[in-house]
Amino acid sequence: MAVKVGNQTWQLMRPPVILETATVAGPLEGEGPLHADYDSIYADPVAGESSFEAAEREMMLNACFTALQKAGLAPSNIDVFLAGDLLNQTITSGFSAQELKIPYLGIYGACSSSAESLIIAAALVEAGFARLVLAAVSSHNSSAERQYRYPTEYGVHRKPTAQWTVTGAGAALVAAPDVAGRLDAAGRPGTGGRPDAAGRARTEASGASGAASTGTPGGSGTLPQITHVTIGKVNDFGIKDPLNMGAAMAPGAVDTLINHFADTGRGPDYYDLIATGDLGSFGHELVVRLAAERGGFTLSDNYQDCGVLIYDFDKQDVHAGGSGCACSALVTFGHLYHRMQRGELKRVLLCATGSLHSPTSVQQGNNIPVIAHAVSLEMTSQR
Amino acid sequence: MTQERDPKKKPLSVDQKRYAEMVDKLSPKPPYLRNAALAFLFGGLVSVIGQLLTDFYRLVFNMSLQEAGSPASATVIFIASLLTGLGVFDKIARYAGAGLSVPVTGFANSMVSSALEFKREGLVLGVGSKMFILAGSVITFGVVTAFIIGLIYAIFVY
Repeated sequence: MAVKVGNQTWQLMRPPVILETATVAGPLEGEGPLHADYDSIYADPVAGESSFEAAEREMMLNACFTALQKAGLAPSNIDVFLAGDLLNQTITSGFSAQELKIPYLGIYGACSSSAESLIIAAALVEAGFARLVLAAVSSHNSSAERQYRYPTEYGVHRKPTAQWTVTGAGAALVAAPDVAGRLDAAGRPGTGGRPDAAGRARTEASGASGAASTGTPGGSGTLPQITHVTIGKVNDFGIKDPLNMGAAMAPGAVDTLINHFADTGRGPDYYDLIATGDLGSFGHELVVRLAAERGGFTLSDNYQDCGVLIYDFDKQDVHAGGSGCACSALVTFGHLYHRMQRGELKRVLLCATGSLHSPTSVQQGNNIPVIAHAVSLEMTSQR
Repeated sequence: MTQERDPKKKPLSVDQKRYAEMVDKLSPKPPYLRNAALAFLFGGLVSVIGQLLTDFYRLVFNMSLQEAGSPASATVIFIASLLTGLGVFDKIARYAGAGLSVPVTGFANSMVSSALEFKREGLVLGVGSKMFILAGSVITFGVVTAFIIGLIYAIFVY
């Protein structure tokens, strides 16, 4: 059973594993530095659909089905589907759940939804309510832009602190450790491996068999485990400008990091990588300063931001970097998950931030409420 | 940067104030000089095109200077709308800024981009009503201002 440690953190005693992940990306993300980590890349932002909303739905479903296919599972094998997105009434998630026909719980944590879905998935698995949980999030630049800001073809100067909403979707399969083991024994396709450099799920169907995976009993040693999660509080840091999300959310990330370290007794050095969700270049800078000022700890090279990692700032005109649910999902479920499986990273802390404002709340003069959740992912093969 | 709109709300706490100052100090500043220079160039370019078009209508169609103004601005509006539809306008406006948004090109872009954006919500509830989400306040306040100016004119000039 999980134990609560400190004020905001749960320690998972039988850590659930991330059995499989899938990421699909839009055209701009596909040209970015992490393109090899995506399972599919759309050449067209409308993805052959009739609207941006339908395109986002297609992307979330593609990510979900790809994750299931990679794990050799059908939707009927999954106990719960957790999903979130940025659109009003989280329609992407709801409509995707309608197609998947898996019992569904919708979540909303704005851009922190990736971490929120992992936390709830881990809790459900640890408590025994579910054996296999599919967690998915999505965002789409054009559908978010028209809801939160201006029509896509409207011409304006963008502020240097403005961020670019990531187009894409990510899905992760969270499983109880023994379930992962049993699937391994059954010769699940592609166990422990990752798609080849081209990043295509389809090519690996006949690849490494489950027997090839060398792990601890249950095979879960080769998979990242969710060992600790820290649930964030909503804070108001006095920022109103929705075109400066990095500044709005940075103190939220620091607040959760401070609590995570206090609760677990760990320091920033414990992790090979601490990744915030989508603060962008300016938010990244603020987090480093605030961590020293408020938390009294130094964040060095092992601290990075998904919004910075996902784009090439020299070639891509994205101002301060990426944002949106898909930002942290694409980087964590794609790039970082693969790096963990390759053994390059053993301990990763995902700290995904979210702004819980709406255009209405901003227009009525309210400050931006901010949340951040932290998920500790660890490879613990040597037990 | 904080917005000027500030309803009766509790004032910022000390921590919030300190953070706001820090953000203000550290925020990367827009390249004001470059933006102004580009706006100047593009705004001038639009005006030059407008002048050329006016001359064109004046000389080719034998219109008076006053008559030529309307077809000239209609042509500029058409070009801006076409570029919006082709997906080019927003890319140019990223650099041109106010150089394109202050002249009539900006008004055309705000209407066409909205109409395009909400095409999928249907003709009546989409295009028809959402077309004015950006231009609507320009029209409203334009009409109100014109009314007040007209009133002043009527009282003081006659």
